[in-house]
Amino acid sequence: MTLKRVFWTAGVLGLVPFGWALYIRFFTHPDASNLGSVVPWGLHVAQYIYFVGLSAGSFLISSLVYVFGMKRFEPIGRLAVFTAIVTLLMALLAIGLDIGHLERFWHVFVFVNPTSPMAWMIWLYTIYLVILAVEFWYLMRRDMAIAARTPGWRGTVARILTVGSRDASDASLARDMRYVKIAATIGVPLAIMFHGGVGALFGVLASRPLWHTPLFPVIFIVSALASGGALLVTASAIFQEGWKVHREMIVDLGRLVLAFLLLDVLMQISEILIGLYGADPSYLASFALITGGPFWWVFWIVQLGFGVALPLLCLATPLRYDPRAVVVGCGSIVIAFIGVRLNIVLPGLSPEEIRGLTLAVTDPRVSSTYIPSAWEWTLSFGIVAVGLVIFGLGEIFLPLSRHLPHSAEQA
Amino acid sequence: MDLIQLTSRREFLMHAAAGAVAAGVITHEAVAAATQPERKHHWGMVIDTRRCVGCEACVIACKIENQTPPGVYYTIVTKEPLPGARNDRPVFMTKPCFHCDEPPCVPVCPVNATYKRKTDGIVVVDYDRCIGCRYCVAACPYGARYFDFGDEYELASESGESVSPEYRQYRARVPGGSPVGNVRKCSFCLHLQDENGEYDREAGRWPACAKTCPGHAIHFGDLDDPESEVSIILRERNAIRLKEELGTQPSVFYLF
Repeated sequence: MTLKRVFWTAGVLGLVPFGWALYIRFFTHPDASNLGSVVPWGLHVAQYIYFVGLSAGSFLISSLVYVFGMKRFEPIGRLAVFTAIVTLLMALLAIGLDIGHLERFWHVFVFVNPTSPMAWMIWLYTIYLVILAVEFWYLMRRDMAIAARTPGWRGTVARILTVGSRDASDASLARDMRYVKIAATIGVPLAIMFHGGVGALFGVLASRPLWHTPLFPVIFIVSALASGGALLVTASAIFQEGWKVHREMIVDLGRLVLAFLLLDVLMQISEILIGLYGADPSYLASFALITGGPFWWVFWIVQLGFGVALPLLCLATPLRYDPRAVVVGCGSIVIAFIGVRLNIVLPGLSPEEIRGLTLAVTDPRVSSTYIPSAWEWTLSFGIVAVGLVIFGLGEIFLPLSRHLPHSAEQA
Repeated sequence: MDLIQLTSRREFLMHAAAGAVAAGVITHEAVAAATQPERKHHWGMVIDTRRCVGCEACVIACKIENQTPPGVYYTIVTKEPLPGARNDRPVFMTKPCFHCDEPPCVPVCPVNATYKRKTDGIVVVDYDRCIGCRYCVAACPYGARYFDFGDEYELASESGESVSPEYRQYRARVPGGSPVGNVRKCSFCLHLQDENGEYDREAGRWPACAKTCPGHAIHFGDLDDPESEVSIILRERNAIRLKEELGTQPSVFYLF
């Protein structure tokens, strides 16, 4: 259980900086970020698309079980839906603390603008979150109904979460699974649309040539599947000791992740080649920043090394039959993808829109250079910690990885 | 007869759907036509880079007029040599918001907080509606939008509360209150218009940058009026607009 202990330590320790970052945000300087008007989106937007991708990816993988009936992924099913919920909440936390007037978020539902990809994305993931909650409740209901009869605090939590539903019969389970299938089936196109919408949000901007490509929405979906699948392998390793208990499932998931990763690489290459031949000066400037800027190592070491080379070694060589290697490869992808997300957001914004714009005034808020402030880093790690803690609590209170013994009924 | 019956339900549904869409569009257009005032002006600028000496008086005048905080510039002056020029002589170019006819910043706003005024084509921001997502900042190809991060000039507190006349709203600057946390931009100083939406150069009710420019490099006026100074210049001289290939149709022209 050492992985689990590392997990909890990181989560609980991380709550302290999270609290500090919230205090700074709400009680002192209104915006302690190093963003500006040339690079208006930074670390938290990258973190947001990272988590949103993990959510869509793990949900789509869970749909293999609940929509397409692939029983061999069953052990990861409920964990996958829970992961999709927690990572979406983390994404909302990241973006919520990033915008200027969080208290006006409801405007997006009242002052409707159907031409805004961002508005569509928000509407779609709001429905998606509701669908996820419904699906997850029906997935857990029967086990919670059984747990509700046990004494003590676990029983109390279960009694609250079931909202009075006590039926633990097999018939009720069959009914639950019918509802789960309906919810999951609605969720699949929603997940594809909202995450495609995240890609479209960037893709529609002709002002930013690095993003302005029809491949963007598709790349976002494929990379979500790769990173989401990798996260599920990691989660299974941490919480289910998957490399021992579910060896075959881990190996199968590894194969799936490999396929999505290769498809993602193919699309990235295609996009880079077309972009380079198009030779838009702003595109070239962005590309030069990615490959040779001050953060060259994010591309060469994090993205290509930990995101592609190491995973290929673990997932595409005979090592792929060893579940431990699969876990290492997938864990590497999960970490490397934050680099992928940063390298989408920042280099796309950095080239000045008008030559000489950043030299026209001497102002840190009008600059192509953006290095996240200490506050931004702290908040980012804090958000991760909050996610880990919610995840850990879920693991304690909800039987995510096993069904409760039916014998509990007689007890 | 059989054929008709076979296809009738499907066709009926399709016609009904098409009819509903058409009715919706017509209603929407009718409501829009009835509620939206007519276009009266098309305010725009012609900026003569050969008259600009790069003094940046326009930048200062704008800052004073609109009381903008640090990091927010409704106009700037770039000082780059022309691409491909055989010398390093800078071309001074003052660059306000271009108030495009097809502004890329407007359709992306998730809450309709920024829009192009029907009456005179000025692109404005509704500070009370904007959620501060900065999507429009990313969408503008001209770097005309600035986010108000809530920064203050060091001596600002000693000089008392700053009040911006923008949009005739006279907002006092307080931490966390709009326009802090909003996106801000040039509004062609529309707070200087009278009730009928007219500027008056003689009375000094004229965009601050154009009013201040000592070289008379910034010409402002109604592009719809064939007798306005800007229309005459555009007829007589060859003007260019920046990044025409994006189809944004800027209302600000440059003479080189």
